[in-house]
Amino acid sequence: MSEKLIDSGNNAAAMAVQLAAAEVIAAYPITPQTPLTEKLSELIAAGEMDAEYVAVESEHSALGVCIGAASAGVRAFTATSSNGLLYMSEQLHWAAGARLPMVMCVVNRGIGAPWSVWNDHQDAMSQRDAGWIQLFAKDHQEIVDITLKAFRLAELVHIPVMVNYDGYYLSHTYMPFELPDAAAVKEFLPAYEYAHALDPQKPESLNTVTLPDSRNDTNGVKQPGYMDIRHNLHQEMRLAMDVLEEIDADYQQRFGRGGAPILDPYCCEDAEYIVVAMGTIANQFRDVVDRLRQEDGLKVGVLALQVYRPFPTAKIAETLQSAKGVMVYEKGLSYGNQGALYADLKSALYPYPARPQLHNFIVGLGGRDIRTEDLCQTLKTACQQDDLSAPEQTDAPQWIGLQL
Amino acid sequence: MNIAAKTNVLNLSEEEFVYPGNRACSGCGLSILYRIGLKALGRDCIFVVPPSCLTVMQGLYPIAASQMPILNGTFASTAAIATGVRAAMKRLGKKTQVVAWAGDGGTADIGIQALSGALERNEDIIYICYDNEAYMNTGVQRSGTTPQGGLTTTTPYTGKKEQGKNMPDIVAAHNPAYIATCSASYPLDFHDKLIKAKEISGLKYIHIQTPCPPGWGCEEQMTVKIGKAAIDCGLFDLFEIENGKKQLSEPSKKLLKKEKLDSVRHYLSMQTRFKALSEEQIVVMQERIDKKWDGYRQEFGAG
Repeated sequence: MSEKLIDSGNNAAAMAVQLAAAEVIAAYPITPQTPLTEKLSELIAAGEMDAEYVAVESEHSALGVCIGAASAGVRAFTATSSNGLLYMSEQLHWAAGARLPMVMCVVNRGIGAPWSVWNDHQDAMSQRDAGWIQLFAKDHQEIVDITLKAFRLAELVHIPVMVNYDGYYLSHTYMPFELPDAAAVKEFLPAYEYAHALDPQKPESLNTVTLPDSRNDTNGVKQPGYMDIRHNLHQEMRLAMDVLEEIDADYQQRFGRGGAPILDPYCCEDAEYIVVAMGTIANQFRDVVDRLRQEDGLKVGVLALQVYRPFPTAKIAETLQSAKGVMVYEKGLSYGNQGALYADLKSALYPYPARPQLHNFIVGLGGRDIRTEDLCQTLKTACQQDDLSAPEQTDAPQWIGLQL
Repeated sequence: MNIAAKTNVLNLSEEEFVYPGNRACSGCGLSILYRIGLKALGRDCIFVVPPSCLTVMQGLYPIAASQMPILNGTFASTAAIATGVRAAMKRLGKKTQVVAWAGDGGTADIGIQALSGALERNEDIIYICYDNEAYMNTGVQRSGTTPQGGLTTTTPYTGKKEQGKNMPDIVAAHNPAYIATCSASYPLDFHDKLIKAKEISGLKYIHIQTPCPPGWGCEEQMTVKIGKAAIDCGLFDLFEIENGKKQLSEPSKKLLKKEKLDSVRHYLSMQTRFKALSEEQIVVMQERIDKKWDGYRQEFGAG
């Protein structure tokens, strides 16, 4: 039986991992992820979850343990935040390059220095080119649903998946959500199988030094070189989008939730101005959209981006191309340039002749309060700013809520 | 304490676990250890290997010089990855031996944190450090275990100023189930210590002095002689520590009976890496060895 609960986002994630029957869990404490792994260790210690919990001495080792377990044919999970994710960075690339299906929750938090334990997206953004699929949840229910879908996606496409959710906004708040029936999840998520699992019965040497050019093996069969292997990762990551849609359709049929695994639009059908955002701020914008439509008669909508990598280039460009204006609100940036999401979006829209005018807003870094009033004002101003200023001016990110 | 079984060249298994031909340099101490070590470990093993000479020696994709399942991992995480493989074996209900096999840099420097963690958790793995006393795979740079006075490409002209880390002592401070030191010059001693380690649960740490002709500056045919000289002069000792109790292995134990050890000078003169040592440094080195052996005689008697 499915179960309706009111609990924290971290506990929701832990219960999803329990349902997914991860068998090796390795983690290191870091705020605001800690309660998630505490909950998992508690479930295991209480005998409610059958798994190995490895309390490692660092995040680098946490992912190292998962790399070992996944390579040996067992479903592995870890979670982290902020500097912990950065400390894992080398291992992230390794897991993706080794094509290991595993799932990691990243409870998004600002990066030091200076220290901040509060939310933004710079941790996930900094790892966007590591070869992991990056998904973003907006509420507790999505944490559960996306985590379960993430395991199946990772195992089908052999690419690790990062499930992102906002630190504190989701990790430490309590919300109602439904936990699917365990037996039904078991049917949805078949047992973990890794084609190249380490096995003395059929020994393979994994991740060996690979030359620039392809090379014949001892049977005279041509095997890929480094560049070919990289090309395949890229291509298969692009195709992962379709796989995710299929998984989501199946999930929806089984559990009644889904339908928007990549882009989640709100009031976008007739919208002239569309906000693009990831995570909780996209939900906050639903209030803003309601208000501006009601009070100002502005045709605005919000498009939540649920998948950041692979970037849904064509899908998002097709959705946005006929809008008059697109406003990207994001909690991270590529220093010295622009918001990373904004730059990605701009590049996706470039081939479309009727592309909309674009605006970039940086908001909520290191937990700076995101006031709905500020969102209303900046969005309204941007909608009414049809006369084009100098391109370099409109293209520069605008910072919301600065206290300089 | 169990006495390790005695294997000799007559009863050593003839089964080979490596293919003829690999990418090791001629005279490589590691290739002796690898070939003989695998005979002791047997087929039911999984290896975890960080970047090292062993990575290269095992072959470049898609051709392997080894017949074993090998997981190559990042430099700093050998013991963590081995932990993960071991956890997976436990889940799968397999007794498969997980063997982490790293160099001195991968163990005493960049990998020491993950190793310390695995030691503290007492993971049921065998961890082998083949210590060639510098970063040989990248072309002889100083490592944490490079001995004082040793010339490397990053300690040129005058040699390394600091003393090398004593890795077995660092491991011993974690009080693991089993520690052994070995030498590439005594591969059968290594073989038998591995046989013993396989029967012990918890973390087994084996530290092997591994002469490296290009790195140490000697002819290829000198590998075994130099390794023996290190032991005969009492500089490097073969021992086991089991349940906290230390016992010298035969090649070192027999030195207890000698009135006077061979001079370290002979060992040093066999390699160009020590040519920058001053007379005073050699005297100090000899004094350290003599003092250590005075202690051993008190601890173990006259053998």
